[in-house]
Amino acid sequence: MPTPMRLRIILYVLQEACTSLRRNGWLNLAAVGTTAVSLLILGVSVLLFVNTNHIASMVESNVEIMAYLEPELDEDAARALKTQIFRISGVEEVEFISKEEALASLEKQLGKEKLLRESLGGVNPLPDAYRIRTVEPRQVAAVAAAVSRLPGVEKVRYGQEIVEKLFKLTGWVRLISISLMGMLGICAVFLIATTIRLTMFARRKEISIMKYVGATDWFVRSPFLFEGIILGGCGALLAIAVLYFSYGALVSRIGEVLAFLPLVRDPSVLFRLFGGLLGIGVGLGVAGSFISIHRYLRV
Amino acid sequence: MEFGVISLIQFFNVSKHYPNGVKALQGITLQIQRGEFVFIVGPSGAGKSTLLKLIFREELPTKGQIYVCGRSLVRMKRREVPYLRRQIGMVFQDFRLLPDRTVYENVAFAMKVVGAGRAEIKRRVPEVLEIVGLTDRMRMYPHQLSGGEQQRVAIARALVNRPSVIIADEPTGNLDLDTSWEIINYLQEINRQGTTMIIATHAREIVDSLRQRVIALDRGRIVRDEYRGAYAHAT
Ligand SMILES: Nc1ncnc2c1ncn2[C@@H]1O[C@H](COP(=O)(O)OP(=O)(O)OP(=O)(O)O)[C@@H](O)[C@H]1O
Ligand SMILES: [Mg+2]
Repeated sequence: MPTPMRLRIILYVLQEACTSLRRNGWLNLAAVGTTAVSLLILGVSVLLFVNTNHIASMVESNVEIMAYLEPELDEDAARALKTQIFRISGVEEVEFISKEEALASLEKQLGKEKLLRESLGGVNPLPDAYRIRTVEPRQVAAVAAAVSRLPGVEKVRYGQEIVEKLFKLTGWVRLISISLMGMLGICAVFLIATTIRLTMFARRKEISIMKYVGATDWFVRSPFLFEGIILGGCGALLAIAVLYFSYGALVSRIGEVLAFLPLVRDPSVLFRLFGGLLGIGVGLGVAGSFISIHRYLRV
Repeated sequence: MEFGVISLIQFFNVSKHYPNGVKALQGITLQIQRGEFVFIVGPSGAGKSTLLKLIFREELPTKGQIYVCGRSLVRMKRREVPYLRRQIGMVFQDFRLLPDRTVYENVAFAMKVVGAGRAEIKRRVPEVLEIVGLTDRMRMYPHQLSGGEQQRVAIARALVNRPSVIIADEPTGNLDLDTSWEIINYLQEINRQGTTMIIATHAREIVDSLRQRVIALDRGRIVRDEYRGAYAHAT
């Protein structure tokens, strides 16, 4: 096929697709909207996932373990415990944090709330603790387990534990959002298929004449395929715009208020996410067109 | 198949049974050469339309072989069908024009969908509209035309891609006798220029006075195939 002919066909396809997009306005809106919402949910879920991973990797490189001591432990026993902790392999440093120091640092964190000590009625509820550092991050879990088995240790806390809980939570969020997105995605496909079916119905006479005069299957189909791609693509662009602006706002707000929370700002991550969403949107559109082409366009 | 003169259309023992059990055609064997002018006649339900549908492969035969331009329609792949149809111009009783397009656009549409160039369309469309005498109706819409004129637009559209054969299914079925004659004269003129013409019709008077080849069908079988034939048996 010589190039000018291909170009003519592409122009024809674009024209036809645009005409029919103008024709069924409301249904187009519904199809685009559903696609957008479904992709928005997917996008939010991916961002959530990316950010928990990011936070996790930050916390995982943290080698600190807090071992809280039983309140009735005396000084000798505590000292003996410290020696025992040192004997565990992987331990690099052990530092005693008295309950007084703990309360002081808590007060410092809370800033102006000087009333804390008074409201506690002069009693310090915090336990004494050892802050343990391991040589390497991957030793944290094993060391923490060993420490927790020592007599006199009441509780052991470390950052990775929090990460595990976070993962459990985001796992659920992900499952729910993926199934929601799946259902909405199916709705989007069928709405796209319906708008395209309407277009086919409006143009059934043209289609039958095309077939009589010898238009190829692809020539007859491609305007409908293109219409689907436009619908799905517009939905994706809408979702991308909403995500881009709201995530940008979120990152800058959180930067002000919760400076310690490390959100992903890497533009290449967002770029890949948006590219993926656009691809999926176009895919939904193509799927919708194919349904209608196969069911209503026996060419 | 022998080499040498290949018939344009060949049917070998063709039967067509529709899924509902109707035996529309049974044991049809016929040949049509390039340049022929053929009437297909027979009572309603005889299978005339079915025969034409088999030629442009709207339907496939239940049994037998069909060759058009030397190609087996039974073995032909789906994606080859459009190229077969570009060899065939089609005219129907109900004209089948696009109501929202002008005469010119209706004819140009047939060229556009087979990927013809703009310059080629601009040159060819007025040419065929001239053949069917509609040069001065080019910018009009179908509803502004008489039935005969609409059918001439349909003929121009069938002709525009230079097919080897034009197949017309009751082209005069919706027209009065004078207009029918007019249409048939145009078709005869096109046939004289070399396009094979196959016409299914009930127009007894026209068939009888033209004395062309007549293939008569009855209940799905060929009951008569005569050159210089008449609508009914000569008595
Ligand atoms: N798509 C179809 N499905 C089932 N039966 C069909 C179909 N098309 C035609 N028939 C049947 O096949 C037989 C032949 O029909 P066909 O249309 O070929 O006749 P015809 O000679 O063209 O008649 P007419 O002169 O009325 O146009 C008829 O009995 C008809 O009911
Ligand atoms: Mg018929």
